[in-house]
Amino acid sequence: MIEYLLSPFHYDLMLKAMFVSAMIGGVCACLSCFVTLKGWSLMGDALSHAVVPGVSLAYMLGLPFALGAFVSGILAALCMGFIKSRTRIREDAVIGIVFTTFFAAGVLMISLYPSNIKLNTIVFGNILGIAAGDIWQMLIISSVTMLVVALKWRDLLLHSFDPNQARAIGLNVGVLHVTLLTLLAATAVAALQAVGACLVVAMLVTPGATAYLLTDRFGRMMIIAMVMGVLTSLIGAYVSFFVNASTGGCIVVLQTAVFLTALMLAPKHGVIASWLKGRASVTALMTGVPGEPVPSGAVMR
Amino acid sequence: MDHIAQGIDLVVQDVTVAYNNGHVALHDASFSLNPGTICALVGVNGSGKSTLFKAIMGFVRPVRGTVRIAGDPVKAAHKKNWVAYVPQSEDVDWSFPVSVWDVVLMGRYGYMNFLRIPGAQDKRLAMESLERVKMTEFKDRQIGELSGGQKKRVFLARALAQQGRIILLDEPFTGVDFKTEGAIIALLRELRDDGHIILVSTHNLGTVPEFCDQVVMINRTVLAFGPTETTFTEENLALAFGGALRHLRLDHTDVPGAERNELVVLTDDEGALVVGAGGRLERRKARNDDQKAGSEP
Ligand SMILES: Nc1ncnc2c1ncn2[C@@H]1O[C@H](COP(=O)(O)OP(=O)(O)OP(=O)(O)O)[C@@H](O)[C@H]1O
Ligand SMILES: [Mg+2]
Repeated sequence: MIEYLLSPFHYDLMLKAMFVSAMIGGVCACLSCFVTLKGWSLMGDALSHAVVPGVSLAYMLGLPFALGAFVSGILAALCMGFIKSRTRIREDAVIGIVFTTFFAAGVLMISLYPSNIKLNTIVFGNILGIAAGDIWQMLIISSVTMLVVALKWRDLLLHSFDPNQARAIGLNVGVLHVTLLTLLAATAVAALQAVGACLVVAMLVTPGATAYLLTDRFGRMMIIAMVMGVLTSLIGAYVSFFVNASTGGCIVVLQTAVFLTALMLAPKHGVIASWLKGRASVTALMTGVPGEPVPSGAVMR
Repeated sequence: MDHIAQGIDLVVQDVTVAYNNGHVALHDASFSLNPGTICALVGVNGSGKSTLFKAIMGFVRPVRGTVRIAGDPVKAAHKKNWVAYVPQSEDVDWSFPVSVWDVVLMGRYGYMNFLRIPGAQDKRLAMESLERVKMTEFKDRQIGELSGGQKKRVFLARALAQQGRIILLDEPFTGVDFKTEGAIIALLRELRDDGHIILVSTHNLGTVPEFCDQVVMINRTVLAFGPTETTFTEENLALAFGGALRHLRLDHTDVPGAERNELVVLTDDEGALVVGAGGRLERRKARNDDQKAGSEP
């Protein structure tokens, strides 16, 4: 039995897949905190689709896959920024227009100039078919992203929470914005090879959203999200070996399960906790037991 | 150890601001303030008060004219943490996972190192600022779990923690109870005595003579600027507000000491301004008595 449970570890391929998944899962989870708080959930989706034309162009020109993807992702982000600042169209509509345009261009290019890449690989990823070079690429992207976030998360936090204050104390808001976008695009590209364009979005949103249900402090939120991202990715990859199913699929289903659990059971923002609290305060009112007293300092003298 | 702000002045010269839609919200606005003053900014809705603040903050770029702080352009002044700003309405996501304490500490970011790890000094100043606005007990609350007035106080504390030499307050009294208003005014006076420049916009005309040394009246440009006694007059108010002011002329009042028993009550939308005979400004002396009488809203 134990022999059976340990069997994935005998395969180099599986070890690699688990390592890559955990790494990507951790980085995506880290960024997911900013993504959910900035309301950029669609942006993750957009960036991961917008890389397709870059990928096919890179293949045609014999350039590295990641370079093409990254350039096209950033280009899409800049297009969105431009349209949003010049018109009154809402951000979600702008994102919708731009990313579908990019994606369509990519699909068109692939169908017109068939190469050895398949749309399937881009959309669904192929973690078992990752080359050593790609792993290095991911490793570099992940390390740089984690380093930047570790050093600058407080600035990024202030920028997300109150850009005006960030400007008022002399921070360069434009640079912070572009930094966050670049990290997001780079991570989306790295994750693309592992889990594919569709599931990147889940990894860039679900851990952050789950952690947000569990805490009111940003620092803790990041830690919870990253622990969740790494563990679910690791376990997802491991389980996928036994059920012989898509790794990305397993990871995301697992993350969703964790999210649903948090949604129900979270101590403060969970569905059950809110329901119980609502009932408790109604009972207190009915029986005349005073609720939480107003602290004496509430009145400014 | 509040640093005395010496020599930091604010000069607004011929500032013209146009928005994207082509609307010129402010044109050729000029005035200048020296350290140790509280200056009121009054005008009707849409007269460009918030726009003027945004121009001083560098959020909108004037198409013409300059704002200089101690001779420096605004960007350089902000890098030195000279200007603290409390906006009219905080354009922030109230469900953000930050506590009151985190928000106040954000006022100290400009002084912190590369990693923005608060030092003992930062923590002490943040704590003091919270105490000054009487919000210490709410220190660990999530920022959205506060009332409107309490939120305002937290952002005021952040501005205090920033130790800006120029403090811009855009309508700090809106939605604030009478006691808190009095406390904020007391706080502003302390800051003025420390040598800060305080520019505060308000619709509460009644309190202007009570605590403001100078007044800027605007309606898309600066209509009048100067000491409260000489500038905050009935004629100037009529100029600034036109018909937008509720204007009541009362006879047979019993304000003691008035030569004529006639009183003019000017009110924008909040506190009324009472003008006695000969344009004398009736200050609200009753504040302390009111407080003792318990004016809970
Ligand atoms: N972002 C914007 N785009 C276009 N026009 C704007 C914008 N913000 C303000 N305005 C216009 O500029 C003018 C001045 O606005 P501002 O907000 O400065 O007024 P205000 O004096 O602060 O008014 P209030 O007393 O209501 O706060 C108004 O006519 C307003 O319609
Ligand atoms: Mg305004």
